[in-house]
Amino acid sequence: MRGITVALALIGLLAAACGGTTTPGAGTSGQATVKKDLIIGFTASQTGAQNVASNKQTEGIKLWVDDVTKAGGIKLKDGTILMPQIKSYDDQSATDRVQALYTKLINDDKVDFLLSPYSSGLVKAAAVVSEQNGKVMITAGGADDATMEQGFRNIYQVYTPASKYLTGAIDLMLKLDPTIKKVAIVNEKDSFSTSVVAAAKPYAESKGLQVVVNQGYDTGTVDFGPFINQISAAAPDAIIGGGHLPDGTTLAKQLYEKKVSARFVALLVAPPEPTFADIGEAAQFIVGPSQWETQTKYSAEAAKTAGVPFYGPTGADFTTAYKAKFSAPPSYHSAGGYAAGLTLQKALEDAGSTDPEKVKTALDKDDFMTFYGRIKFSTDPKTHGKQIAHEMVYVQWLKGSDGKLATQIVWPAEAKSADPQLRK
Amino acid sequence: MSVDALVPSAIDGLMLGFVYGLAAMGLTLIFGVMRVINLSHGPVIALGMFVVYVLFTGAGVNPYLGLIAAAGLGILFGVAIYFVAVDRIINAPELTTLLATYSVNLMIVGVATSVFTTTPRAVDISLGSVGGSGVTILGTHAVAVAIAIAGAALLYAILFRTRIGKSIRAVANNRAAAELMGIDSRRVLALSFGIGTSLAMTSGALLSTLFSFTPLSGATYEVKSFVIVVLGGLGNPTGALVGGIVLGLLEGVSTVFIPVSWVPVLEYVIFIAILLVRPTGLLGARA
Repeated sequence: MRGITVALALIGLLAAACGGTTTPGAGTSGQATVKKDLIIGFTASQTGAQNVASNKQTEGIKLWVDDVTKAGGIKLKDGTILMPQIKSYDDQSATDRVQALYTKLINDDKVDFLLSPYSSGLVKAAAVVSEQNGKVMITAGGADDATMEQGFRNIYQVYTPASKYLTGAIDLMLKLDPTIKKVAIVNEKDSFSTSVVAAAKPYAESKGLQVVVNQGYDTGTVDFGPFINQISAAAPDAIIGGGHLPDGTTLAKQLYEKKVSARFVALLVAPPEPTFADIGEAAQFIVGPSQWETQTKYSAEAAKTAGVPFYGPTGADFTTAYKAKFSAPPSYHSAGGYAAGLTLQKALEDAGSTDPEKVKTALDKDDFMTFYGRIKFSTDPKTHGKQIAHEMVYVQWLKGSDGKLATQIVWPAEAKSADPQLRK
Repeated sequence: MSVDALVPSAIDGLMLGFVYGLAAMGLTLIFGVMRVINLSHGPVIALGMFVVYVLFTGAGVNPYLGLIAAAGLGILFGVAIYFVAVDRIINAPELTTLLATYSVNLMIVGVATSVFTTTPRAVDISLGSVGGSGVTILGTHAVAVAIAIAGAALLYAILFRTRIGKSIRAVANNRAAAELMGIDSRRVLALSFGIGTSLAMTSGALLSTLFSFTPLSGATYEVKSFVIVVLGGLGNPTGALVGGIVLGLLEGVSTVFIPVSWVPVLEYVIFIAILLVRPTGLLGARA
């Protein structure tokens, strides 16, 4: 008995020395319960061009932290309880700030694990710093393929890669109207959108489509007049492209104002965001790829069918809790943030440790389903950490019977909540 | 390349050119009167955008009424900049005033970024559109052209039909002689800086009704203003207006033949070519 007391005292001293707190008593398996803070660092674009989507991602992360805290922390097999704490800074949507702040998070703040900022360009900057410092980072807001094809060993991607963003939209478009022949591609010239188009253009051509306009625009473009004039002159049946929320929203608005008559328009990132509705009628019929929607139904049953475990809350529980906390509906960026937290949580539980090598081993082995979809990472040395199991859905802004615009899932057919429609 | 896009692109470019021209008139007026290269020009354009934005979102003021407020505040702000940053070094070499106005640039950008952040803002206004068969003219763009022309006409009325305008022209022509004639050159210089700033803020206010913006948006239009001023002739307000229209037209038309992302390259090539071949600009300097 005396020996046990001494051992408990030693564990307590050790935990205190590590900055944790010791709760007297025993864990479920009879081991001592040691509470430790788990510092999770990331930057968020509280300001700048990416702030809307980034704030949604941050809210998702915060909800995950809340849920874990309410559940009493992340319980490891050795009795350790990890209490997640957020350490975050405003990156102002700027790459140089991301580099500086991730260095600060690692070296000064001594965070245990990293989550990513939002948007592929910023994720790429953060990934390089994380990799150089051997810090495990789960990326939520980055879909760029190129970042995940550099043989990184510490970066794990939750998003479906960019190369799959618009290929499904092309399938949807041709299913909806097989007579569509001419397509215009106008995209932001950042790494993410370029990755998307690099895959979408040859895919469109392989389907017999003729690309009549293929132009990139600089990040921050506000005047799409020159592009729209070219599109109008080429009279395409469909327009695909865009980039992020500010430019995608502006492009959709100006297409509407300039009365461009393409029958199908699919844009990146912007359409699934609830604030896309701010442009009113211009939003109608616009299609957008989404990592997740509130109508998406990934469940324990679906996981069972797929032969993988289901982990975390249901989609309905996530949506309800999110609305209660933030008084707004979640977007796929919110779900991505939450899913990144869940992924880290599961890896910690599977590893039974915060040791980065053990956590990485657990992440490499992971194959599970959450409300956000299936998660599995590539273990190929060239594409290590790249997401290989998660699937996209496609939404379209349609008017309901009440005359109000809302997003509906229109693709894939087996997941649709409404029939897709051509622009009128 | 699509020639079908030529007419709508030319019209769009031409319309924007008037707004560019108005902004450049402010820059060139200040240079013409006091030989100060005003590097606070860009942030001042952005301030014009935010005056309209704050009044529109905060008090529901119509953006075109907000534009009048921006013009008025521009004069006061320009006079303030003159006395704070320029007055004491007005006779120093041009590099000194350039650095002084650059410091004003940094201060405005710093404060505006802190207050408004770099999150894109927009003034949600729609005046419909007219046209068809490939050419659609937005109401906001048409009104912007009309206001830019009115602004330019007002500047000419002030310069050539008022006593203060005569004083400004006299000081621009020969400050020492103007002072000998009893003109308070300090007051005239301050007012000229105010008018130049007002023109920049007015153009910013107009741009806010067309596109989204951040406190950093002025930088784009500042660069265009410099190209226009060199194109039209340093210190020549007529040249600035003409230069603005020419640049806008070139921007619009060139996008039909080259990728849009190459347009800024074309602008800089024109800038350097004019400096090399005809440094006095199309209409000559300080008319």
